[in-house]
Amino acid sequence: MGTDPKHLEITLETQVESVNLAEEMCLRVAEAAGFGEDDCYKIGMSVREGVINAFHYGNQERPEKKIHLTVDLTGDKMIIHVLDEGTGFTLADVPNPLAEENLLSTSGRGIFLMRAFMDEFDVVPGRTGGAEIVMAKKLPLQDNTGTNGQSSHGATPPQGA
Amino acid sequence: MALRATHRDAGQATVVDLSGKITLGEGSALLRKTVRGLLDDKRTHIVLNLADVDYIDSSGIGELVSAYTTAKGRGGELKLLHLTKKVHDLLQLTKLYTVFDVYTEESAALSSFQ
Repeated sequence: MGTDPKHLEITLETQVESVNLAEEMCLRVAEAAGFGEDDCYKIGMSVREGVINAFHYGNQERPEKKIHLTVDLTGDKMIIHVLDEGTGFTLADVPNPLAEENLLSTSGRGIFLMRAFMDEFDVVPGRTGGAEIVMAKKLPLQDNTGTNGQSSHGATPPQGA
Repeated sequence: MALRATHRDAGQATVVDLSGKITLGEGSALLRKTVRGLLDDKRTHIVLNLADVDYIDSSGIGELVSAYTTAKGRGGELKLLHLTKKVHDLLQLTKLYTVFDVYTEESAALSSFQ
């Protein structure tokens, strides 16, 4: 892709509006980096779900806490970090939303969607003591096939939650 | 685009025409309020027309599930009509496509209540 390395950081308030703001910001970066419509949708949705997770589960919707969003464009991928100020969680403890007993649950699909839509996904302990979601999408290959960055990366449902 | 919801009677059933996004915040809240309002009015046969809904996040999915289970809990039924590709793919990915009754024709959705 030949994209110059870029680094963006933004501190968001713990409020619903931050979800849209984060999604819109990352969408602009993704579009500028050359991602196609399908990948932009997946990146936008993943950022949205990451910030919802920080807003609701991490920061418990407490307005004095912040959400820290970082976006890095390297030579080959877009890397997104979403850090909350909660108490953290372990991925293995997240219920699988595809399990029969969880299908009719009204929550718990955010992590699943991020894993499905991104090429890389992990949750690590953050410097705030909260959870830090780290996810990445490979930059589209620059070729002449006319696919405009459409890729099948991340379209396969993940195993587990 | 913010979610908009209007509803119309179709015999024993009510069709709710939705347009916009069903996402965390106002979109999910409006869907909840609309469905609960219909159930409170004893309109328990509900079709959600999603033809103009092209974006749903996990909160919106949760609200659809909630609407479905709440309607069932009150002795009613809730069906989905005219899924856009994105919504269709999302429901397949989350295995909810097999949970909901999904229709591509309004007449078929309405007759399914009888």
